[in-house]
Amino acid sequence: MSRLLTFEWIAAVRFMREGLAQTLLIIAGVTLGVAVITFMSALLSGLQANLFRRTLNYQAQIVVLPPEDVARSLRDTGAARSAAVVQPRTQRLHSIDQWQKLRGQIAGLPDVVAIAPVVSGPGLAIRGDANKAISITGFEPESYLRVIALGDKVVAGTANLTASDILIGTDLADDLGARLGDKLRITTATGAAQTLQIAGLFDFGNKGVNARNVYVTLRVAQSLLDVAGGVTSLEINVSDPFIAERVAQTIHARTGLQADSWIRTNEQFFSAISAQTLSNNFIRFFVALTAALGIASVLVVSVVQKSREIGILRAMGTSRGQILRLFLIQGALMGLAGSVCGSLLGFVFLNFWRGIARNPDGTPMFAVNFEPQLFLYAAGGATLVGVLAAMVPARRAARLDPVVAIRG
Amino acid sequence: MAETAGRDDPVLRLSGVRKSYGSGTAAEIEVLHGIDLDLGPGEFAALIGPSGSGKSTLLNLIGLLDRPTAGAVRIAGAETGSLDDGHLTRLRGRAIGFVFQYHYLLPEFTALENVMMPLLAARGRPDVQMRETAAELLAQVGLGPWQHHKSNDLSGGQQQRVAIARALAMQPMLVLADEPSGNLDTQSADAVFDLLRSVNERRGTTFLIVTHDPRLANRCDRIVELVDGRIVSDLANANPVHRQTREQTMQSGAP
Repeated sequence: MSRLLTFEWIAAVRFMREGLAQTLLIIAGVTLGVAVITFMSALLSGLQANLFRRTLNYQAQIVVLPPEDVARSLRDTGAARSAAVVQPRTQRLHSIDQWQKLRGQIAGLPDVVAIAPVVSGPGLAIRGDANKAISITGFEPESYLRVIALGDKVVAGTANLTASDILIGTDLADDLGARLGDKLRITTATGAAQTLQIAGLFDFGNKGVNARNVYVTLRVAQSLLDVAGGVTSLEINVSDPFIAERVAQTIHARTGLQADSWIRTNEQFFSAISAQTLSNNFIRFFVALTAALGIASVLVVSVVQKSREIGILRAMGTSRGQILRLFLIQGALMGLAGSVCGSLLGFVFLNFWRGIARNPDGTPMFAVNFEPQLFLYAAGGATLVGVLAAMVPARRAARLDPVVAIRG
Repeated sequence: MAETAGRDDPVLRLSGVRKSYGSGTAAEIEVLHGIDLDLGPGEFAALIGPSGSGKSTLLNLIGLLDRPTAGAVRIAGAETGSLDDGHLTRLRGRAIGFVFQYHYLLPEFTALENVMMPLLAARGRPDVQMRETAAELLAQVGLGPWQHHKSNDLSGGQQQRVAIARALAMQPMLVLADEPSGNLDTQSADAVFDLLRSVNERRGTTFLIVTHDPRLANRCDRIVELVDGRIVSDLANANPVHRQTREQTMQSGAP
């Protein structure tokens, strides 16, 4: 008997050791439950992180746009009623008013980690006889590359453009029969035109994006799209993708500009992620419930088996509280032991999964997330579940009437 | 409680103790009809009676395992009726030792640990002194060499000796024994009985022994007979039957 342990701990460990087969079986049950939970959580968070990366790779978390043009009729809108058809205004390319000041103001907001001014608009890419409709994005490399990890997607050349460079997608390059270093002529509806050299090729893994998007420097885009000195949007990243909507609303309230978060512009994707998280939580809950019921049933049986001993202990002056704790400790120990083994087993599963689930090119299909705190949560959670599960049998044991228990 | 207990108070005083089951219902049965009983320090008394006479019920009331329907149970002068469950448990642990017919040792623990158990429950953590007290008690019941055996590895008589050592661990003033030898062969039964007697003589511990064996009852100093929930006779046994010498008792390790 260890001198560090109290009566309850000593007796709890002995009781568990005595019913070793039972104890091991239930620990095995909890182990499987915890392994499933950790495996699933790690897999799912890896999957989601992967989806996030793919989705948020080529879009900013928040895009700030100038207010839309609204048709204003010049008639008095007082008491007099009048019939009129008011046509909606066409949307011209607008520059954000005083964007340098706004940029500083937004960059000063909490949670905003990067902000980049962007000019974008439609154009045509011409090479020889081929011409393709394109979407031109003009950026300053130093700020824009902090919002969008464009550099990661460049398969040839560089994303650090200079004034005479253009970055195009691999599909557009195929369509135009162009290669790195070739020259393209870009024109727009304003009549402006410029010849630019292909400094880089990107591949976002999305054909539409690869065939339409081209990137140039901010100044080139300003002159092509005739918004000299202006920008058409500010693109922003925040510290946590999930707070983007809140920050967007703050920006809207402060500046009066339209601020769209990725959560709003990708509603379907976002609700799919939420549904996934929800179903994951459901599964976790039921697995935890199963483990809890297992622990509870083993302890209920144990209380019945040991009722005579409990009666003796009570007759010898053991208090109800001591008996209660004796069983709560057993529940906690089973939960803890199960979660430690389960975490290890989950870890093994994950490594195995990483080994088999691979893309044809040999890279892992899912970036599985190993989060050490996940294992801590699992251990803490399972211990808590064990204590809660032990509650009913422990109370039953504590309430046993020693007379009845001893008489059997 | 201690301050209310006078020097001359009996170890146990029952006054007008009644116990009924199913109180308030049509099926109410009274098992004990007003029991008055005093046990003084150092008494060695037998409680006899046919089965169903209420012996065990009475023992449970005395042992504070149960509460009477009416009447008072005083331990060393202290009224127990007003104590809550926690206080009752502590008083029981400190003042009363139990020896049951079936030894009821904890099979998960060694002989030594079983004897330590009441001390451990009372003090919370094991300590050296506790271990020494338990070892000494085991030696006194002749089981020194069996200290570290699991209780299941001991014979019935040995287990009952461990149970007696356990009952003495808290140095109680009163030991209640319910058919302590009922489950043993004659030889082991005699040995256990001799052991109780020698503890009584050396420590001055009061004993109340429930038995239906007249031979064993005759070896007690006082015989209380219970029939149908009433004490029908309470006699001093002037001439207890001759018993083994203490030396023999102490040396008979294995019964």
